[in-house]
Amino acid sequence: MLDDFFTRALVAGVGVALVAGPLGCFIVWRRLAYFGDTLSHAALLGVALAFLFEVNVTAAVFAVSACVSLALLLLQRGATLSADALLGLLAHASLALGLVVLAFMTWVRFDLMGLLFGDILAVSKPDLAVIWLGGAVVLGVLAAIWRPLFAATVNRELAEAEGMNPDHANIIFMLLMAAVIAISMKIVGVLLITAMLIIPAATARRFASGPEQMAVLAALIGAAAVIAGLFGSLEWDTPSGPSIVVAALGFFLLSLVPMGRRLTRPDIHPATEPQESAKG
Amino acid sequence: MLKRTDPLVKLDGAGIFRNGRWLVRGVTCAVDPGEIVTLIGPNGSGKSTTAKMALGILPPDEGSAIRRQGLRIAYVPQSLAIDWTLPLSVDRFLRLTGPISKAEAADALAATGVGHLARAEVRTLSGGEFQRVLLARAIARKPDLLVLDEPVQGVDFTGEIALYDLIKSIRDRLNCGVLLISHDLHVVMAATDRVICLNGHVCCSGTPTAVASSAEYKALFGARAASTLAVYEHSHDHTHLPDGRVQHADGTITDHCHPGDGHHPGQDVLHDEGDSDAR
Repeated sequence: MLDDFFTRALVAGVGVALVAGPLGCFIVWRRLAYFGDTLSHAALLGVALAFLFEVNVTAAVFAVSACVSLALLLLQRGATLSADALLGLLAHASLALGLVVLAFMTWVRFDLMGLLFGDILAVSKPDLAVIWLGGAVVLGVLAAIWRPLFAATVNRELAEAEGMNPDHANIIFMLLMAAVIAISMKIVGVLLITAMLIIPAATARRFASGPEQMAVLAALIGAAAVIAGLFGSLEWDTPSGPSIVVAALGFFLLSLVPMGRRLTRPDIHPATEPQESAKG
Repeated sequence: MLKRTDPLVKLDGAGIFRNGRWLVRGVTCAVDPGEIVTLIGPNGSGKSTTAKMALGILPPDEGSAIRRQGLRIAYVPQSLAIDWTLPLSVDRFLRLTGPISKAEAADALAATGVGHLARAEVRTLSGGEFQRVLLARAIARKPDLLVLDEPVQGVDFTGEIALYDLIKSIRDRLNCGVLLISHDLHVVMAATDRVICLNGHVCCSGTPTAVASSAEYKALFGARAASTLAVYEHSHDHTHLPDGRVQHADGTITDHCHPGDGHHPGQDVLHDEGDSDAR
């Protein structure tokens, strides 16, 4: 079954979507929508360093993403700048560093489009193993830290006063983010993973009445977007990665359409839907 | 760590230093099981900071804050903004930091008078309703130490009396220690065992005077309120000047004021844990 490249693409994309949905909910809740962009810029630096030191690309991207995540946590603790300013600072600093490092290596031919959009149709069986095994580990760890992480998202001081360790949960969450970027970047591209984190979560918010429900919905909506996008790209011969993002956008737009009272909770007016958190 | 016979939480000369100044300094106090301690003081006097030291959110920069080992804490923060992106029902909010059975959740919500809101979205609650939900969440945890930061804000006078009665009944039922921050400088809960007045340091501490014994206060507050509220009479030996300096009873002016600086004759009660038997 997995001998067909299109089936492998489907399996890989669904795997990434199932992991990205729940993580993306925390990205939306914590107003870290720009975090994905920052990590994608950091990924470029990771790729450049991997070429320079001739190490595994995935490992290098994970290491750089983890460093940038931890730098964000440390800078946030200083609390002299807001989170978005810090993310912008880290994003452009790591992008510039990556380009400078690449400039030293005139012998390297660098495929920027491949990095940004990946090539989901070129996914191999070992890639599938990395996505599904890595994804299972990420989801398992997320489930283990779910309560403290969510409590700290609602109110950090409340969580800390009642015996939880928000710092601990935050660091693990940042490392999970770095891991997801690293294992999926080569395959689905950095822009796609950012979109898969935010758009399904933003879509799920409309229909969810609880955090756990929203995480599951986001995973399912992401998986549906992957399937719709890949079949669309097959049908109309469009690039696969962007087609998946367009499909996710389609689901998001559908969620904005006012529906009967059965689906829409009366306390939320459609005008308050989060257009700004859907970018990325 | 404190042993079973020690207080639930004990601050000893504790202070927090931030951005070049002491937010609060030299705080010595303790909360025993079943004891209600009320912190009062003007805005910015370090009440919340002191509570956060007791809770372990802010480690003191000098002195110490020690909690009993395995202490189960429930905290009602002063303000808690729920982001609209968070789909959070009252039921789920009750289980935020630990599992709570359906019956316990229903009991706690009923006790604070918001049983009908169990399935409501937290974001849609009014200020008073949310305050009651916060309190219900704290009760449902069945804590050893209950810390409340201005729990009666946004609640009207009748509601305030009812909440104070409720806090007292929680204390009676669970025999938990209660650390209560009050926005009112003079009127405190009658069940308070000890009042600590803060203004960057402990200005004075003591027991409140029961309102119920005075006919005038009874007329002022109403018969039911009079049994719940009490008046605290401050006994300051110094005055806080507008520029932040302190004028002492002996006429001297210093930049700071803290126990043991030689300006507090007869105020060694601040250091003395033994004053708890005054209740």
